[in-house]
Amino acid sequence: MRAISFALRSFSREIRSGEVLVLLFAVALAVAALTAVGFLTDRIGKAVARQANEVLAADLRLRSQEPIPNIWRERAEEFNLRTAETNTFPSVVFAGEMSALSTIKAVSDTYPLRGTVRVADELFGEQREVENIPARGTAWADGALLARVDADIGDYLTVGSLELEVTAVLTYRPDQSMGFASLAPSLLINIRDIPASGLISEGSRVGFALLVAGDEDDVNAFDEAIQPDLPDELRTRSAEESSERAYRASDRAQRFLSLTAIIALLLSAVAVAMSARRFAHRRMDTVALMKSLGATQGFVISVSVVQLVLLGLVGVVIGSVVGYTVEEILTKVLADIIASDLPPVGPMPIVLACGSAMVLLVGFAMPSLIQLRNTPPLRVLRHDAMPPAPSRFLVAGLSLAAVAALLYRSARDAEMLVYLLGGIVIIAALLYIVGRILVSMMGRFRSGVGVAWRYGLANVARRGRDSAVQVVAFGLGLTVLLLLTIVRTDLLEGWRQTLDENAPNHFMINIQPHERDSVSAIYREGGVEPPEYMPLVRARMSTINGESVKDREYPDPGGEWMANREQNLSFAARLSSSNELVEGEWWPENYDGPPLVSIEEEAALETGLTIGDRLTYLIAGRELEATVSSIRQVNWDSFQPNFFMVFSPGALDGMPTTYIASLRLEKEQQSVLVKLVRTHPSISVIDLDSILQQIRGIVQKASLAVQAVFVFTLAAGIIVLFAAVQSTIDERRFESAMLRALGARKRTVFSGVMAEFGALGAAAGILAAAGASVLAWLVATRLFELPYEFNPVLWVAGVAAGIFVVCASGFIAARSAVNAPPVDVLRAA
Amino acid sequence: MENESNGSAAVLAAHNISKEVSSPEGSLTILDDVSFTMNAGESIAVVGPSGAGKSTLLALLAGLDLPTRGHVVLNGSNLSELDEDGRALVRAESVGFVFQSFHLVPSLNALENVMLPLELAGGDNVRETSRGVVEKVGLKDRWSHYPSQLSGGEKQRVAIARAFATEPAVLFADEPTGNLDSRTGANIMELMFDLNRSSSTTLVLVTHDLELAERCDRVLALDAGRLVSDTRSAA
Repeated sequence: MRAISFALRSFSREIRSGEVLVLLFAVALAVAALTAVGFLTDRIGKAVARQANEVLAADLRLRSQEPIPNIWRERAEEFNLRTAETNTFPSVVFAGEMSALSTIKAVSDTYPLRGTVRVADELFGEQREVENIPARGTAWADGALLARVDADIGDYLTVGSLELEVTAVLTYRPDQSMGFASLAPSLLINIRDIPASGLISEGSRVGFALLVAGDEDDVNAFDEAIQPDLPDELRTRSAEESSERAYRASDRAQRFLSLTAIIALLLSAVAVAMSARRFAHRRMDTVALMKSLGATQGFVISVSVVQLVLLGLVGVVIGSVVGYTVEEILTKVLADIIASDLPPVGPMPIVLACGSAMVLLVGFAMPSLIQLRNTPPLRVLRHDAMPPAPSRFLVAGLSLAAVAALLYRSARDAEMLVYLLGGIVIIAALLYIVGRILVSMMGRFRSGVGVAWRYGLANVARRGRDSAVQVVAFGLGLTVLLLLTIVRTDLLEGWRQTLDENAPNHFMINIQPHERDSVSAIYREGGVEPPEYMPLVRARMSTINGESVKDREYPDPGGEWMANREQNLSFAARLSSSNELVEGEWWPENYDGPPLVSIEEEAALETGLTIGDRLTYLIAGRELEATVSSIRQVNWDSFQPNFFMVFSPGALDGMPTTYIASLRLEKEQQSVLVKLVRTHPSISVIDLDSILQQIRGIVQKASLAVQAVFVFTLAAGIIVLFAAVQSTIDERRFESAMLRALGARKRTVFSGVMAEFGALGAAAGILAAAGASVLAWLVATRLFELPYEFNPVLWVAGVAAGIFVVCASGFIAARSAVNAPPVDVLRAA
Repeated sequence: MENESNGSAAVLAAHNISKEVSSPEGSLTILDDVSFTMNAGESIAVVGPSGAGKSTLLALLAGLDLPTRGHVVLNGSNLSELDEDGRALVRAESVGFVFQSFHLVPSLNALENVMLPLELAGGDNVRETSRGVVEKVGLKDRWSHYPSQLSGGEKQRVAIARAFATEPAVLFADEPTGNLDSRTGANIMELMFDLNRSSSTTLVLVTHDLELAERCDRVLALDAGRLVSDTRSAA
């Protein structure tokens, strides 16, 4: 009790004296950075998730082959969710003499709940977003549909017993599925026209859907609550299940965000660690004095702990105010990109940031503080009497535990945690070992250099353990900063490149073999390079190694589904550029032996197929047996046509084959499609631009967040280095005063200090470049499945940045020490 | 050699204390078999050349360190039988310090520095008591100044005020004038002897100023760790 009241009373004195400001600053910065990063990643993360949900036009979709009873809508409303209804079915649309198969999408007023519908006022014209749906008696038609039936805006289309006026060209609806199920161009109509249409009757193939959206927690609660009551015919579907591409992009974006958050956290940890170390060191004299004046060990430790906690609290308050303010400003600046209707995130990020800062403070400062109690009181008479150094295991254990606990919370990803934490531990250990070796080598060089360097190098060598710890701090700080730079530039760029501007944006399917030449001719006329055609054969698998696919057990339900459904098979002589062989061998180009098949990696995992397995297919009454000869990894982001099953050339000869193709059409080239769909009405053209845009939107948001976080993290990094230099400042003051008293010029002393920091910075820079390269490689290949190339610039940048930043912060910190009149320093000792 | 039965009046007694430290050249004896006893109110000067073991003796007498052999009895407690906290409690109750380099806490002002040992001892009216002592040492107008704003002599006055604030049984002074010019030093010593007399504190003064030493009741001379003489001064 006495200790607490004493600590409370002396705390304000400590703050006033400025002794603890560096630590206070480090804690405040950690909280500010974590708060702002937490808010940002939270918000942008939600924006990204929402973008992924656009493919459903909702957060959750209930679908059925039968009308969905109203009770489900009412239940959704009980959970404060918004709802919309859609009916989707194929129907033939007539315009005068012409007719075409269309996907009719009848929607209610609130459709879509996520994303927006876009229309144009003429075929392939400029599109605009709309907030309403077609009025009763009108329809918005896909350009391809209009082209097929030779109709235009203002014309009437007949669907069932409805006469609908076309009032706009439908260019985009968020839920235009990418699957092959909805090939026919869509016609968007008002759901209230349905009863009069006569289109929906017993036995018609209609997909009924109830769209649901709202607060994430409410949606999840609703989803969970209804699952047990759902009848068999009613199924729910989330974005994850419906568009793997958009979902994967969003998942990857979240990983980028949590990676940057982790980096900010790591830097904060190093900053707090360095300043906590100094905090403990500076208290040594006071503790020795208090003990000589009769304070017990328990007393000094209680005082120190109480003050540390108080310090943390003050830092936490300052940091959360700053962090919250910064976040508010950023949100305003980024309002266009972060969806503005996002609910406020709440105080959670602040709470978490504060908790994290306190955990860091305790984890890093406590071992040193605990050790303080062993400060010999003899120190008041003999300044070299030091407490024994705290156990390295205790220090490493506590601080690692602190960091791991925090990382685990923010990573939510055990894999990332293992890589990062393992990487950091190994790098820190290497930094320490190499630091010590470098330090001892430097000591030996000093006889061959000028006085400034001799002084500088002697200093590095003399403070062996301290110098090594500084190399670790500098090195870790630099590693993390370099890693972030790589993430920000190389990795994001790599990702963006997979979605490069030249990626195909149109799919053509259902091309008959004889149509290939005429389709190519149309493209050539329109000035477009004709695409490459990929053969496609629809078939069902019947047995695997002689066992019926129905009886077999599969490692994953996805595999069972795949083995039992109708599959799209293809054949090729060469491996597609968007594929990479992971197992087995690709067949020679002129292969004409028994049929072989190459399986996509994930499909192989889910079905449990391995090389050498024999598969039989039933195709148009004929049986085909093929042996699995290789497993491929497919880059689905490439937007090239790809297949789970690719056969060797000739294997599918004589089977009913159609072709598919992908190609890139610029806006001004798209009129060629009008001619194409008119002359080849059976070919379906799928516009991928919308989904590409969705994914680009996700990437853009992720990069933006990473950039914003980068600024913060950079600031944290500089504090780290500053704190590291500060930790030696007291000793430095004395030394420089002494040197100057001995007749050294300021410049000589300065050069010495710079030599010391330059050497430390270079050592740290080399190690940091090595560490960051390895971490970046791990992160790129393991977490993001992106290619990574070692970047030599990184090494130059690492060493240069190391020398520059360490020297610069050293200069700032040492200036006061060198400039102080020697007599003051020597007298004040 | 003194007899322990004298202990009734003895405030401080050293019994055959030796201190050895290990050095690269092997074990080094800093203090060799030193014994003496002090009665309440007595003042002792410890003199000797640099390296004679004066500061080490002081550290052992005050329980800041433990002797390798022998033991110290301070105000009735055998320091060697106590753990570090126990020795700290003895110091809190019975010991005051004045150091050559003052050892003021830089983050505390003059008054707060004086309050420190009283606060550690958990006394009442800490602020009032301290103010009184600060006035006694002539720093009435400077109590709110921080150590960096005080001259050497003023710092030592604050240190003396801090030492006497708890009315200790024994005051240890380690070269209290070592960092001061001779005039300021003389003033400081005057103050210390005055306070010593008025509070009947036992004083152990480490110095190599023989003139100063003469003003104490006894002078212990150390050389190479050995007690070479224990003389009563004429004063």
